[in-house]
Amino acid sequence: MKTYDVAVVGAGPAGLVAATTTASLGLATIVFDESPSPGGQIYRAVTTTPVRRPELLGRDYWHGAGLVRPFRASGAEYLPATTVWAAARGAEGFDLGISGGRPGTRIGGTFAARALLVASGAIERPLPFPGWTLPGVMTAGAVQGLFKSSALVPTGRVVLAGSGPLLWQVAWQLVNAGAAIDRVLETIPRGRLAEAMRHAPGFMFSTYLARGLELVRTVRRRTNVVEHVAELEARGDGRVEAVRYVVDGEWTEIPADLLVVSHGVVPNIHLPAALGCDLEWSPDQSAFQPIADAWGGTSAEAVYVAGDVAGIAGARGAEARGRLAALGIANALGRIDAARRDALAAPAQKALAIALRGRRFLDVLYRPAPGFLHPHGATLACRCEEVTADTVREAVRDGAATLHALRAATRCGMGPCQGRSCLGTATEILADELGADPATLAPPSIRFPLRPVTLAEVAAWPSRADAQERVSRDD
Amino acid sequence: MFARLPESGAEAIVVAIDGVAFEARAGDTVAAALLASGRVASRTSPVSGAARGPFCLMGVCFDCLVTIDGVPNQRACMVAIASGMRITTQRGAPMPGEGAA
Repeated sequence: MKTYDVAVVGAGPAGLVAATTTASLGLATIVFDESPSPGGQIYRAVTTTPVRRPELLGRDYWHGAGLVRPFRASGAEYLPATTVWAAARGAEGFDLGISGGRPGTRIGGTFAARALLVASGAIERPLPFPGWTLPGVMTAGAVQGLFKSSALVPTGRVVLAGSGPLLWQVAWQLVNAGAAIDRVLETIPRGRLAEAMRHAPGFMFSTYLARGLELVRTVRRRTNVVEHVAELEARGDGRVEAVRYVVDGEWTEIPADLLVVSHGVVPNIHLPAALGCDLEWSPDQSAFQPIADAWGGTSAEAVYVAGDVAGIAGARGAEARGRLAALGIANALGRIDAARRDALAAPAQKALAIALRGRRFLDVLYRPAPGFLHPHGATLACRCEEVTADTVREAVRDGAATLHALRAATRCGMGPCQGRSCLGTATEILADELGADPATLAPPSIRFPLRPVTLAEVAAWPSRADAQERVSRDD
Repeated sequence: MFARLPESGAEAIVVAIDGVAFEARAGDTVAAALLASGRVASRTSPVSGAARGPFCLMGVCFDCLVTIDGVPNQRACMVAIASGMRITTQRGAPMPGEGAA
């Protein structure tokens, strides 16, 4: 087994900058990433996109190419299309179980690293509504990814719904690429803008402001934007055929072939959670996130987090935090002293402060409306096991007072996605039923393997003496 | 459902979707090829039998599971297409070797 100083999981902005930094400081660095090419979701396919007109993807997208070039020159090893599904503390740091490659020709194996940096980014906040499992309902990130990596643009009757910067960015990209968007259904509740305005002074200096206004203006000129949508429903036989929505108590139904939903993003916490990093509930972002210090260090020794997994701060914030975590690791491993670390960190600390400016305004404005956070009735809370919101609510009333008990009582979270799609919903429903603040709930317990794996993949995991002792009999 | 931008210059790669040849493009994932071929539904749920299709396209939701070259339950959104690849949409939860086109 080859031993590295640093293993980085994820090749988005945080992972790329971190790996570039540690490799440049002479630390043996390896990067694992599930995507076939570097960039993460935000800069997906930035080195391979078939989209020929650069302006269609926007200025911010191409910034990612400038992160890939130094990464490639840094000497960091890079394993794309690779999943890290387990990590355990071994003799030489962390032993990592990985899988990848084409089905049938899977590569598998283990790697060891002295420090582990998790830069697993964010996932889209999955908010349930009636019909959200119908084919033809897709997330904004999904539709954007198809455009970036395959130059595919939706045709037919396209409806967008939700709120947040990603919704507007995708709408902007689609209208510029020639897609006809029938309607944008914005789910910000009445009164929320006034609440958010209390944080407007910070936002005035945000780098998002000018860019955001330009996006919103362009989209409003080209499509019909409906505000204050309080309920949403997808209908159809085997696929989306219509979208229904409520404004001020009145239902409207429109035909649709594709419903694109977006309610912002939440940290992708499964790997740090399984590694034992302490989690906290972020009330601003309505999600659990790992507790981290200024260098990305977590409560788990030698486990670091950077980028949106450490709390949503956007792509530029991810770069800065990737740099800071790399410097923290280099110091912890004895490669640079604290004075050198601090000197090298100053520009990244400044960049992070700029990236975080005005974030509070966006967090408050785009916090999902209670009606979407707290589903009722036959709406599926858990897509995999098809557990309804009411089943989850009844289980809480029957005494399941923790996320762990809820999972055991309902199977909510026990399907192949391992709770990624329902963890937030289960947390919100549990808090709603208990009349509790989600921050007071015990965080979820998440265990390896992080993906469904085959027995052959498990068998490739190294058999260590301590593990053998645990399962061997004395007689 | 989805159309390719006309100026997209990616190389054509032929795969088989449920036994029918389809011309996908270099850079496509299996899920992208399915959607480009006009399929929004790519499996049925093993719980209720309801139709499902690609939802998140970033490996999170496991709703785009398909059989690829005889290996079932592969996330279509995480696998790059390759020439001659056999892609089969799934009904319920197949076992290895079942449903191979």
